[in-house]
Amino acid sequence: MRGRPNLYVSYESEQSLLPTWTQRIALIAFLFLLFLIPLQGGIEIGAHVYRPLSFLGDNAWLKILSQVAIFGIGALGLNILTGLAGQVSLGHAFFMGIGAYTAAVLGGEVGKAQIGLGLPIWIWLPAAGVVAALVGMLVAPTAVRVRGLYLAIVTLGLVFVGEHIFRNAISITGGSQGVRKFPVLDVRIWKEEQPLLSFTSDGPMWAPVNWLDWLLGPWINFPDEISEEAKTYFILFLLLILFVVLAKNLQRTRIGRAFMALRDRDVAAEVMGVPDAKTKFEAFAVSSFYAGVSGALLVAFVGLATPEQFNLALSVQFVVIVLIGGAGTVSGTLMGSAFVFVFPRLVQDFSVWLTHAVESGGAIASLADVVVSTSANDPGLVSTLDGVSPGLNVSQLNLVIYGLLIIGFLIFEPLGLYGIWLRIKNYWKGWPFTY
Amino acid sequence: MTALLLAQAAADSVVDRFVAAVTNGLSLGAIYALLALGFVIIFKATRVISFAHGAIAALGAYLVSYFATVLNFPGNALGGPIWLQWTVSALFAVLATAVVGLVIERVAIRPMIGEPIFSIAMVTIGLDIVIRTITNDFISTNPRPLGDPFGTSLWEAGPISMAYTEVAAIVVTVVLVLGIAWFFRTRIGIAMRATAFDQEAAMAQGISVGRIFAIAWAIGAGLAAVAGIFSSVFPRASQGVDQQSAFFAFRAFPAIILGGLDSIPGAVVGGFAIGLAESFAAKYLTWSGFGIGFSGIVPYLVMMIVLLVRPYGLFGTEEIRRV
Repeated sequence: MRGRPNLYVSYESEQSLLPTWTQRIALIAFLFLLFLIPLQGGIEIGAHVYRPLSFLGDNAWLKILSQVAIFGIGALGLNILTGLAGQVSLGHAFFMGIGAYTAAVLGGEVGKAQIGLGLPIWIWLPAAGVVAALVGMLVAPTAVRVRGLYLAIVTLGLVFVGEHIFRNAISITGGSQGVRKFPVLDVRIWKEEQPLLSFTSDGPMWAPVNWLDWLLGPWINFPDEISEEAKTYFILFLLLILFVVLAKNLQRTRIGRAFMALRDRDVAAEVMGVPDAKTKFEAFAVSSFYAGVSGALLVAFVGLATPEQFNLALSVQFVVIVLIGGAGTVSGTLMGSAFVFVFPRLVQDFSVWLTHAVESGGAIASLADVVVSTSANDPGLVSTLDGVSPGLNVSQLNLVIYGLLIIGFLIFEPLGLYGIWLRIKNYWKGWPFTY
Repeated sequence: MTALLLAQAAADSVVDRFVAAVTNGLSLGAIYALLALGFVIIFKATRVISFAHGAIAALGAYLVSYFATVLNFPGNALGGPIWLQWTVSALFAVLATAVVGLVIERVAIRPMIGEPIFSIAMVTIGLDIVIRTITNDFISTNPRPLGDPFGTSLWEAGPISMAYTEVAAIVVTVVLVLGIAWFFRTRIGIAMRATAFDQEAAMAQGISVGRIFAIAWAIGAGLAAVAGIFSSVFPRASQGVDQQSAFFAFRAFPAIILGGLDSIPGAVVGGFAIGLAESFAAKYLTWSGFGIGFSGIVPYLVMMIVLLVRPYGLFGTEEIRRV
């Protein structure tokens, strides 16, 4: 049925993840782009050296993109719980904390007063998810009893209780100073000295063979060594892709459809034979698993965590990612995660640029001066001098914009970025006809 | 003789400890009750649960500090004794906060009518972030004293020893609760109850639902500001309103949930119950295994336990659903 993308001749083809060739090619192109981003050394094809997206290959940018992947995984979990199963939870940070500290105990080294087993990644990463899922199962019965906004506030209470426990379980978490060893992102078979794959040091991707060169060397000349940030980026994006596929597939299974039935009308779902308690149980378990993995990756990535980090603001951040992206959609959730982390950086760059514009006195200096406040007596919205001038500093400006975006999206585009994407798609589908 | 004296001292300390727990709990509960009252009025009228309440309370406290200590407006224009000037300025700040509530309702809540409840709750989270950040920018790094006339002076009667601000908190709360109870018997109050019951039916009766929403938000914001004052003075905060003040209101969530989201008496009972629970936990649950700052999470624990037994709180309207 070439050329008729909306015609499905079988149930299988309708349910397939990528029904059309356009989508398949677009996805492959996009993945290739993601793959190219960290190779800031450039790719030599023939006589030319191509530096695709060289600005994104910057190590600071790679860190932002790695965060996008980590929080993307966590947000996918919340998307399953809130977007698919319709259970509003503000407790995601708590499950993330559980995962983080499980990973710390299993994967981290022994500290001064902290437990640490120093096990390899293939134990601590799944275990972080499993332990978080078990805790999620303990919480799930509450959702059967308590509904809607009441559930949101109970899970909010969970975050505060969790923070208290994390703060006081010093032998596990290291307390408020965060003095404990967290796991490192490298692959070992057991506790041997030399890791099989290390994502935390500069050098070739895999010690014995530079596998990129080995694989594509005849056609493309890859850099012999890549940076630590680039390696972390690669492994995190591979994990993200894995979890995206899992989430996408979950949507198509019986369990996924049960989640959606429960979300759309819980009474009707029960009438159709979707068990209320069991489905919520599954939703919490899956969602917490994602949160746990995300938490474990976060502490391994940052290498530092305090109990106060797993607070309400973190939970809210996840809800915001899901809502800005578009609740109930996997691609929307990923867009939301990218947006929430990339946007602050753009705002920061823009404010710095504005300040420079004022100082250098170019064509837009007078315009920029209205917005930027550069001294104590200079009124303005933004200031790059912290605490001196009346304007908001960059982080405050980012927070305000973040808040305004939440409000703006909910008022004007409830479907989120996914909704905007849909509208763009539909516009071009009918182009040049506007109806 | 010594034994008798010791027993006497022990008895005294037992009584003192208990009385201190009760008085502290009541004054803390009064603040929670004020916050919960604001939440509940907004929820009842508009079906919105406002996460921005803490930020509004902090904004109110900041405005009090600004009007009463920096500008001394409009108190000094009026003259009279210092405490009267301060009170007038503080009331003016509370009114200003109520106006902020009106603006919030008009700008962010009105366009959301008919959207899912959780979306509107998320809008208030966005509002919370915006208001809190801007307020904190104004507050800046050092806490801002509110300059209240009571200061740190204590009121002592027998075993009772309370700060005057605590007595004031309880008195003001009682007065405001009675005021709200009276308000619900006025014309606008009845209209608000009708709106809470059924928005469309209220509209059909000629009630301007939009105006009711605005009034509810104004009252809610005003109550939040009053609570903000009492949570930013001695003994709750020694220095005044600071960057952390906005988070205080989260501790009132257990109070509203305990009482039931849509019950005014529930808010008051819940507020005092949570205040007492927290205060008693601070005095009596001192076993080190609970960890430092355990009393701070007692409200949440109480809330969770109560909700498991009564899913719609103590006084909330039960939603009947059957399969």
